[in-house]
Amino acid sequence: MNIVVCVKQTPDTAATVTVQDGKVSWGEAPLVLNPWDEFAVEQALRTKEAHGGKVTAVCLGPETAKEALKQALAMGSDAAVLISDPAFAEADSLVVSAVLAAAIRKLGDIDVAFFGRQAVDSDTGLTGAQVARRLGWPSLSLVAAVRSVDPAGKTIDVDRMLEEGRQEVRSQLPAVLSVVKELNEPRYPSFMGIRKASKAEIPVWSAADLGMPQMPAPALEWPEVISPPKVDTKCEIIQGDTPDQIAERLVGRLLEEKVL
Amino acid sequence: MAAKILVYIDHFEGQPVLSSWEAVGAARTIAAALGGDVVGVVVGSGVSGLAEQAIAHGADSALLAEADALKDYRPEPYASTVAKMARGAGATVMLFPTTGRTRELAGMVAVDLEVGVTPDAIALEVKDGKVVATRPIYGGKLLTKEVSKGPEPHLLTLRARAFPKPEPVAGKTGAVEKVAAEVGAPLTEVSGYKAAESGVSLTDAGVIVSGGRGVSNSPKLTPPAEITDEKQKEIWRAQQGFALIRDLAGALGAAVGASRAAVDAGYVPYAHQVGQTGKVVSPDLYIACGISGAIQHLAGMRTSKTIVAINKDAEAPIFKVARFGIVGDLFEVVPAMTKAVRARLGK
Ligand SMILES: Cc1cc2nc3c(=O)[nH]c(=O)nc-3n(C[C@H](O)[C@H](O)[C@H](O)COP(=O)(O)OP(=O)(O)OC[C@H]3O[C@@H](n4cnc5c(N)ncnc54)[C@H](O)[C@@H]3O)c2cc1C
Ligand SMILES: Nc1ncnc2c1ncn2[C@@H]1O[C@H](COP(=O)(O)O)[C@@H](O)[C@H]1O
Repeated sequence: MNIVVCVKQTPDTAATVTVQDGKVSWGEAPLVLNPWDEFAVEQALRTKEAHGGKVTAVCLGPETAKEALKQALAMGSDAAVLISDPAFAEADSLVVSAVLAAAIRKLGDIDVAFFGRQAVDSDTGLTGAQVARRLGWPSLSLVAAVRSVDPAGKTIDVDRMLEEGRQEVRSQLPAVLSVVKELNEPRYPSFMGIRKASKAEIPVWSAADLGMPQMPAPALEWPEVISPPKVDTKCEIIQGDTPDQIAERLVGRLLEEKVL
Repeated sequence: MAAKILVYIDHFEGQPVLSSWEAVGAARTIAAALGGDVVGVVVGSGVSGLAEQAIAHGADSALLAEADALKDYRPEPYASTVAKMARGAGATVMLFPTTGRTRELAGMVAVDLEVGVTPDAIALEVKDGKVVATRPIYGGKLLTKEVSKGPEPHLLTLRARAFPKPEPVAGKTGAVEKVAAEVGAPLTEVSGYKAAESGVSLTDAGVIVSGGRGVSNSPKLTPPAEITDEKQKEIWRAQQGFALIRDLAGALGAAVGASRAAVDAGYVPYAHQVGQTGKVVSPDLYIACGISGAIQHLAGMRTSKTIVAINKDAEAPIFKVARFGIVGDLFEVVPAMTKAVRARLGK
């Protein structure tokens, strides 16, 4: 099977993120493969291991984002492509989805494209579904289990995790899957994988290389980024002689403050 | 020209997602500022009652598309139908309550209309005739304002419980216009459902009681002799701990949440996980039991109105975001809480 996995590079989730004069900074914190995308890479690799084929990791981002692609290669992806062009600065999800859809078209003959649920920096969680729509492929989002894949019959059976429970869906291929954490346990890169990835030449595609007939303009702008208002959270420690007394006091305080 | 504020009424098999009404309320506020109408948008099969409920909650009128093929939620026909409705109505703004379905749906409708979509807004204001949304980024470490440069409509999904829920007005009427569904050739087929085992949905819950790794930490509990494996002993202890959490949740009419550590250790299913790689919740009351308060956990619950922490380590970071804290063993404190709640609330 011909498999694509779209990955983004994001600051580590443990980073302290601040904003000054409209510029976002995460200090010295490392940039990593978006945590949700680890599950996407893992599922792409498992799909290849079960059915044969090739996994190509695709990332839209600056030159430094090659590190995220190297992580995907070290885990076992066969190839990687970085898409980088000043034309894509200030991209919103409309632009990102158009670019990634164009890259998937250019790669050609793709059976399935994996996405993470959400990027932990922009927190949009839209890209997978939007790419699916642009390609005219089914969008399978919030995938928590892949029950079976039939490459010959071109179908895939998945469970989607909705708020109300699991929806079991049979879809035709090609399809876009965006995945949640329950799906699998991402592997660590092997020593060999890391060596291979460190030597890999990663091609860079520009807007022109994608041959996009027409670049969609971003529809959104971000006039202001702010720190959340500091809330006064002085913690009132409830004390007492016995657990019962402490619990009664806490419930009393919650009633007084009209929390209950 | 009068603005048209559309509101998508999300539902599961005809049962409305209650935060849809919060979106109707938010739409009323925008309509008042822009001058215009609020139109409920209902798509499904056997869902005409939802159009009336949208009107009762504040919509002036509603658009209704019904077809047998829309019985199960499938994003493709739903998106095509909603895009057609938005185009037909000349929508200025369209609101959705944030759910797993609507994030995907709004994204796809945005592609059809080539318009901007703001996910999971927590506040809206109208400035210079435009909606300015505020939404959390970087797991809530920052907030960004987001505005559409056009074309219209600006699509926005609204975080549950971030906007007040209007009370329905009995007997309020409005026009319900039927629109033909855009079904198309099916790409997917829904073969079944497995209902979630927990009764209360985390995102809609007014009160959440969550357990973390600490829920397995009671040396006093002795697992039955037939359990010899250390991991199984830990899970057995965690089950006793989570039973206490569930009792308290039951007494409070609350949903049960968990930290990732509790989920990864196999104590509870992933559907309960709160945090950066789980659910984002915003209840009136969040009770964290045996949870240390890692930044990735806070990302999912920091906007709760009141946080209570129960932890035996007085230095645990969770106390930094808590309004009330108890330093103690959850195996003693949680059952005492259940008793106190039952005594005071009579439940
Ligand atoms: C990319 C990424 C994403 C993540 N996403 C999430 C996420 O979505 N949600 C999430 O929760 N975490 C997430 N994490 C994990 C997070 O960093 C923490 O590891 C996790 O939240 C810790 O869970 P915990 O508080 O239950 O466990 P611990 O940190 O081990 O804390 C257990 C606490 O229980 C207390 N305790 C122990 N016994 C008792 C007792 N008997 N009575 C009372 N208190 C007791 C201890 O004092 C301690 O504070 C993520 C991490 C990464 C790297
Ligand atoms: N710049 C990007 N390059 C490659 N993939 C991306 C990019 N942005 C988002 N994605 C993919 O889309 C998913 C959802 O991201 P988002 O919609 O930005 O929250 C991510 O988990 C990635 O799989």
